[in-house]
Amino acid sequence: MTLTLALVQILNGVQFGLILFLIAAGLTIVFGVMDFINLAHGVQYMVGAYLMAAFTALTGSFWLGLVLALPSALLIGLILEMLVFRHLYARDHLAHVLATFGVIIFLNQAVKLAFGAAPLSVPVPQALAGAVTLAPGLLYPVYRLVMIGAGLLVGLLLYVTVNHTRLGMLVRAGASNAPMVSALGVNIRLLFTIVFGVGAMLAGFAGAMVAPILSVEPGMGDNVLILAFVVIVIGGIGSIRGAFIAAVLIGLTDTLGRFFAPTLLRAVLDPAAASQTGRALAPMLIYILMAAVLFFRPTGLFPVRR
Amino acid sequence: MNEIADRNLAVAPRPRASRLRQAALPVAIFAVLALMPAAAHFGASGYILALMTRTMIYGLAAMSLDLLIGCGAMISFGHAAFLGIGAYAVGILSSHGIDDVFIQLGAALAVAALFALATGAISLRTHGVYFIMITLAFGQMLYFLFTSLAAYGGDDGLSLSRSHVFGLPVLRSDLTLYYVAFAALLGVYLACRAIVASRFGRVLRGIKDNPVRMQAIGFAPYRYQLTAYVVAGMICAVAGVLLANASEFVSPAYVGWQRSGDLIFVVVLGGLGTLHGAILGAAAFTLLAEFLSGLTEYWGMIFGPILVVVVLFARGGLASLLRGTR
Repeated sequence: MTLTLALVQILNGVQFGLILFLIAAGLTIVFGVMDFINLAHGVQYMVGAYLMAAFTALTGSFWLGLVLALPSALLIGLILEMLVFRHLYARDHLAHVLATFGVIIFLNQAVKLAFGAAPLSVPVPQALAGAVTLAPGLLYPVYRLVMIGAGLLVGLLLYVTVNHTRLGMLVRAGASNAPMVSALGVNIRLLFTIVFGVGAMLAGFAGAMVAPILSVEPGMGDNVLILAFVVIVIGGIGSIRGAFIAAVLIGLTDTLGRFFAPTLLRAVLDPAAASQTGRALAPMLIYILMAAVLFFRPTGLFPVRR
Repeated sequence: MNEIADRNLAVAPRPRASRLRQAALPVAIFAVLALMPAAAHFGASGYILALMTRTMIYGLAAMSLDLLIGCGAMISFGHAAFLGIGAYAVGILSSHGIDDVFIQLGAALAVAALFALATGAISLRTHGVYFIMITLAFGQMLYFLFTSLAAYGGDDGLSLSRSHVFGLPVLRSDLTLYYVAFAALLGVYLACRAIVASRFGRVLRGIKDNPVRMQAIGFAPYRYQLTAYVVAGMICAVAGVLLANASEFVSPAYVGWQRSGDLIFVVVLGGLGTLHGAILGAAAFTLLAEFLSGLTEYWGMIFGPILVVVVLFARGGLASLLRGTR
């Protein structure tokens, strides 16, 4: 029984980690290529979830909703890039942090105005409802398995794109020396816009995917944003491989920590104190992990050479 | 980082005549603050007094952050943690019946110093974006710690009664609290000026401009920055103690990363590296927030774009705007 539960928790951790990866991937590429800190990346995830909720309610179909939500998330990302972010690339990190913080405040309130403060929910599509038996006594929801599959697929696509296509080559070249790439006749502004758009769409996709299992509410992007930052800092800013490994690591640490910390502490403390300390300790675990990683490797696990 | 480097002129020593002119603005700010209660007497005095007390407390917190960002180029995105430490020192001690302000202040300063020393020692090993992110992470860590303190209100926070001074409920009067906050602000301002002008402050500014060169002439940046980080943390904890007294309430929201973002905004709005700019920034921020939230429930939709516009267009902040030199 305990083993089954642990397996379910591990799967949940991986699934959470892959969602984090979808968000962190965009964040880390944007930072790697443009040296731009985008705090508003978390609200793009929220916007994705809201678009998903709106379009599924409108069309009555999960798939149509998804098909409509993705380009809309891309469009909103591009509009933000043109209106605000584009004017910040030449500025310092402090300006990035502040201006994108302003965008967060605006969008968090804007969705509240548009959709109300009450959480929305999106039904799990009929075809993906229910659970499958993975092992005797181990039932796991199909939808969560699909999320794991989608996360892995996007990871693979990103890997192939970045490492084996012309666009990916330009992205890598831009990450190591943007002015040089520009001098060689590449439209660096267009490249930036494409990279930014892809990042925004990935975050929107993550939001759309979690919409059926989480409640869609204002501010839902904020905590995820911080986690995504923890991921890219642990993985090494600019490294997609690092983001992938760190995301899964964080997903597992967080999920398993919440599950096992009270149980493990019960060995040394009395039950009441153990569950209290465990609950206090679990959310802090990933930050402790991050501090530990940065203590030994101040530029993350897979630092990108510049 | 060039933008920050360009602005350290405000605190650098200058010829006498311009130094006098430069002193005019801070003197004016403190004179207005000192006379505010008298003026408030004619209007809705309680409301204005409470608002201005809060403004000065945020000014105090922002000033300590200005010491880090403006003087030391350490962009901390977790500075609200120290505000929370100060506030929770009051909250937790008073819930156990210890309501003497000096014990609370002592505890707040000690815990803030320890927290700053531990987190600063790790954070300062990193640079640039990594520093921003790791301070953010430490702030969130503390946030989650406070939300899990079920005995002290957890998520909902904890209401408290104001601190006593030697057993007397002196701070119960809003006017007294106002002047206590004023005195703290003035004291910290003078102390910060002294720090910035001292040899220590000079080394810190040198490190901001060119850490490699400072190292080459024999200064270890790490130690100086860590000291500054601890000092700024302790100053901010004082603001936390005052904040808990002013609002008679503490909650994890004091530590949230949004609060840290607000503090950075206040510093930038006021003018980086000017110290007194932090007070102007705090005043603009609280009054703006107060005005907008009275206007509409969705005030963030106005406030957010204002923030963006300030970043894009108002370089140098209010302090340089009012001084007339940009």
